[in-house]
Amino acid sequence: MAKTAINRKPVTAAKNGSKTAKPSEKNGNEEFAVVELAKAEYKQRLKSQLESIKKTDKRLLREMLYQMVLGRRFEEKCAEVYRMGKIGGFCHLYIGQEAIAVGSMMALEPTDMVITSYRDHVQAMVKGMSPESVLAELYGKATGCVKGKGGSMHMFSKDLGFYGGHGIVGGQIGVGTGMAYAAKYKGTGQVTLCFFGEAAVNQGIFHESLNMAQLWKLPIVFICENNQYGMGTSQDRAMSTRNIARKADAFEMANEFVDGMDVMAVRDASIRAIERARKKNMPTLLEVRAYRYMGHSMSDPGNYRTREEIAKYQERDPIALFKQSLNDAKVLSEKDFTKLEKDAMDAVESAVKFAEESPLPLESELMTDVYA
Amino acid sequence: MATLTIRDALNQALREEIIRDDNVFVMGEEVAEYDGAYKVTRGLWKEFGDKRIIDTPITELGFAAVGVGAAMAGLRPVIEFMTWNFSVLASDQIINHAAKMFYMSGGQFKVPVVFRGPNGSAFQVSSQHSHSLEAMYANFPGLKVVQPSTAADAKGLLKSSIRDDNPVIFMEQERMYGLKGEVPDGDDFTIPLGVADIKREGTDCTIVARSMTVPIALQAAEKMQAEFDVSVEVVDPRTIKPLDIETIVNSVKKTNRLVIAEESHSFASVGAEIAYQIMDGAFDHLDAPIKRISTVEAPMPYAKNLETLALPDVDKIVAAVKEVCYL
Amino acid sequence: MAEKFLMPKLSPTMEEGQISRWVKSEGDAFEANETLAEVDTDKATMEMTALTGGTLLKILKGEGETALLGEAIAITGKKGEDISALLTEVASNGGRKASDAGGTPALQSEPPVSAGGQIATTATSQSNVGGSPTQAETRTTASVPSGISVTPTNGRMIVSPIAARMAADNGIDLRNVSGSGPNGRIIKRDIEEALSGGTRTPSSATANQFTPSTIVGASAFSDEPTSKMRQVIAGRLAESIGPIPTFYLTVEIEMDNVLAVRKQINANLDDESKISVNDIIVKAAAMSLLKHPWVNASYQDKTVRFYEQADIGVAVAIDEGLITPVVRGANLKGLAEISAEIKDLATKAKAKKLQPDEYTGATFSISNLGMMGIKEFTAIINPPEAAIIAVGGAIQTPVVREGQIVIRNLMHVTMSCDHRVVDGATGAKFLQSFKQMLEQPAMMLL
Repeated sequence: MAKTAINRKPVTAAKNGSKTAKPSEKNGNEEFAVVELAKAEYKQRLKSQLESIKKTDKRLLREMLYQMVLGRRFEEKCAEVYRMGKIGGFCHLYIGQEAIAVGSMMALEPTDMVITSYRDHVQAMVKGMSPESVLAELYGKATGCVKGKGGSMHMFSKDLGFYGGHGIVGGQIGVGTGMAYAAKYKGTGQVTLCFFGEAAVNQGIFHESLNMAQLWKLPIVFICENNQYGMGTSQDRAMSTRNIARKADAFEMANEFVDGMDVMAVRDASIRAIERARKKNMPTLLEVRAYRYMGHSMSDPGNYRTREEIAKYQERDPIALFKQSLNDAKVLSEKDFTKLEKDAMDAVESAVKFAEESPLPLESELMTDVYA
Repeated sequence: MATLTIRDALNQALREEIIRDDNVFVMGEEVAEYDGAYKVTRGLWKEFGDKRIIDTPITELGFAAVGVGAAMAGLRPVIEFMTWNFSVLASDQIINHAAKMFYMSGGQFKVPVVFRGPNGSAFQVSSQHSHSLEAMYANFPGLKVVQPSTAADAKGLLKSSIRDDNPVIFMEQERMYGLKGEVPDGDDFTIPLGVADIKREGTDCTIVARSMTVPIALQAAEKMQAEFDVSVEVVDPRTIKPLDIETIVNSVKKTNRLVIAEESHSFASVGAEIAYQIMDGAFDHLDAPIKRISTVEAPMPYAKNLETLALPDVDKIVAAVKEVCYL
Repeated sequence: MAEKFLMPKLSPTMEEGQISRWVKSEGDAFEANETLAEVDTDKATMEMTALTGGTLLKILKGEGETALLGEAIAITGKKGEDISALLTEVASNGGRKASDAGGTPALQSEPPVSAGGQIATTATSQSNVGGSPTQAETRTTASVPSGISVTPTNGRMIVSPIAARMAADNGIDLRNVSGSGPNGRIIKRDIEEALSGGTRTPSSATANQFTPSTIVGASAFSDEPTSKMRQVIAGRLAESIGPIPTFYLTVEIEMDNVLAVRKQINANLDDESKISVNDIIVKAAAMSLLKHPWVNASYQDKTVRFYEQADIGVAVAIDEGLITPVVRGANLKGLAEISAEIKDLATKAKAKKLQPDEYTGATFSISNLGMMGIKEFTAIINPPEAAIIAVGGAIQTPVVREGQIVIRNLMHVTMSCDHRVVDGATGAKFLQSFKQMLEQPAMMLL
């Protein structure tokens, strides 16, 4: 099943029985070994991606890369304007996790539904929202996707089937289950993609939702974006097992572990899960492991992990990997890529201009949309 | 007009709305095969089957969330909590999700879900099954809160709640399920949310009561009339949110005196809010400080005598009315 | 061994007792059943006897002092015994019986709030010694007694919002309204009463229930509880000016009509029966007093005493000074009767034959020095009356009437008012009535 398995071996407890060994206590050679392994995996990814690429429409492949690059450039711009004080409140960036949104969501039908957590900018755009609409929302402008009422954590588009970014860890798992319930009830054939972080798995709602989804056979794909940190707490320090995908076994639900640095692996696993949902009304739990390059939010100093650790993952950066694969498969030349990069930058700059120039919400908007 | 118990009036409302709208379904613990823990859903599963009447696992947060998500996706779920005490497990979904969804989605996602079940005390069910939670839910913009006190109100308001495009907290009272009252005939009988009802007209003192305290307040009013020739008006807001403060203000302008009787604890209660709003809207019309009768500030005890002592009763309301009337 | 001697229960309903007399003194020995002291209970004076013999070592509650049931009133024991420990204990707990009820501070069977909404805490204290203090507290706070003033108002006027609004709408001076709510709060009902019964009337429930006077023939009266406001006004003003805070109001009255009427009346009477201007003044004052009960009243500290009739004291100069014989019920009497009575009383006064009944218990007084050439003066109130008028002579004075200078007989009357009952406006309104009666004597017929 997990054909691209990487290090799935549960982290063994330290010899003294403590599971909370600090990074500094780790053996330096072990770190080195991990990096070496990462390099080796990178090569294997290239190989497996090539196989998937051969089976995939070239225009779609280019669009996938574009969406990943756009997502990256967009989030980088967010970090930049956030530091300039253009964005208020919380701002959780997706950099490093682009392969998950792109790999899974671009396997959906347009009418399918998506719901996610507060780290939602890139998912909103992959579902079809314009960078203008998302950035204007971040700027708190009237032209934002929810008229300046939601901000970073709450992107919504009913027309696009994007059921929102949600700010309570895990809350959207239950809501997504309800969306899938409605789809089955009405017989619409829609599939719900429900994203959440690995920390949300420790919430009761995760277990309650998986139980109901399997019990009632709901057309939903639960996608755990395992970026390995719940705010500043590493998964090892928060979860008794490293194996999230297998938690679905408790509900006899199909599950799969996926390398979130490999967009084609994510896509392939998502296609399987989406088919299962659409054809059999059966749910799936995907654990997609990636790595959050940035802090939890813009106010996160990141002192709970080392630069080396981040560098290790950046070596197998999902965009670099995919770009290389597309290059190797002759789907995309360096020239194409330069243009793609420029298009993405242009789109982001255009969004900035749009957001900057947009008006603030009217004061009369304060009390609208409280009740339907 | 038919004479129905509140339980049967609620059952009728559910049945009629299930027939009226394919998107309406009832979900909760024991609502289907078991016919409902308090038999409000009696017979519905047999009539409508698994699709419309759904038993859930004991998973309050989970099925509340299903209600929210299904409502966002176009259905009109009626989610039953076996009692509102259990809704606290689901309060994240009600408060953080249902209440705020329409606003934070900039008006895109309506959440037409009804959460319903018995609220407040029952008969010696002790601390964890006796809380009145309306003040907590009324504190959240985006939620509507309904507390019927008669069979007709129960039916008319539940039908309106199901048809409403907002999340509605519909609070029944276990002690009152068997109370009978006349209910207008016809599938189209509804009572709009946000409209208070004057349950008894009077000139000397207003009692604002809701849910369980309405019949008690009416008894107190009769007693005041018989023993002290004091004419008491009993106003039942029926909907806590939106609150029909205008009707209460007008009543107080007439009587100059206000007693609020409620089953919840007193601190930061709906009664406290009404007292504030009366001060805001009818201060110059008051002849006495507003009095409030609530459940004592202690968890509900088990022992029958203590439970009785904790709750509002006729004598407590009479004493309060006498006080504001300077008797 | 020395022990405390506790106030015993000497009647079934007794809650406290007052030591009226110690029969034994400190150091005296006593036998069992011997009387130690006499105690006034709520019922009667009872003898308090000893159960066993001993010596009265220390008296804790002296004669006239009151002790609650179970409170230590003395220490008994053997002569010369050390009682310092007991004295310390008594000093620290106020002599209260130590909690010995023990066991069950259970709920009383009675409901927490009675139908009347009031629970007298003292009523439970007897059976509740050693009981749950928190419960007692809960009860008092749960049921605030209504209609009983407990908190000093510090002179602040307390008015319910609707009462304030009604008073403003109807031009009622709230200072002239006494509040019947808690702490003297003026409430809607007080304003309604003020509106229905003129500016200020005693509460309607008791207005017409007068108590007969102990002075033979003197006016009956009704005592109304003194409102907090009135108590404060009384206290403040008395502090400022003396026992009777007095102020003065002067009015100028055109007496030409009275003189004309008198002339008409006297034309038909023999010389002995002729009436004086003063007789008419007495009658006019009496009639006015009935219209203004707060002037025909007396400040009695806790109550304001309202009189049913106007008993007018008329100051008469005698050799040794001054005496004010009283015309009883002057409001009920005709001029001839008043005139005859005054003549009779004056004669008796000069002969020093007045009986106490005849010169005490007036409700209002008049001092007239007009015949002695006095134009205007002030008189001193004769307590416990609330006011006295000082009447000057009617003097021909040029005045302007309808643009013409004409000669009129003007009389100056100055009323001294006890501000504890009579406020400025009240006094002024009285004088208005009085002036109207004299200027249009026909008004006295009403």
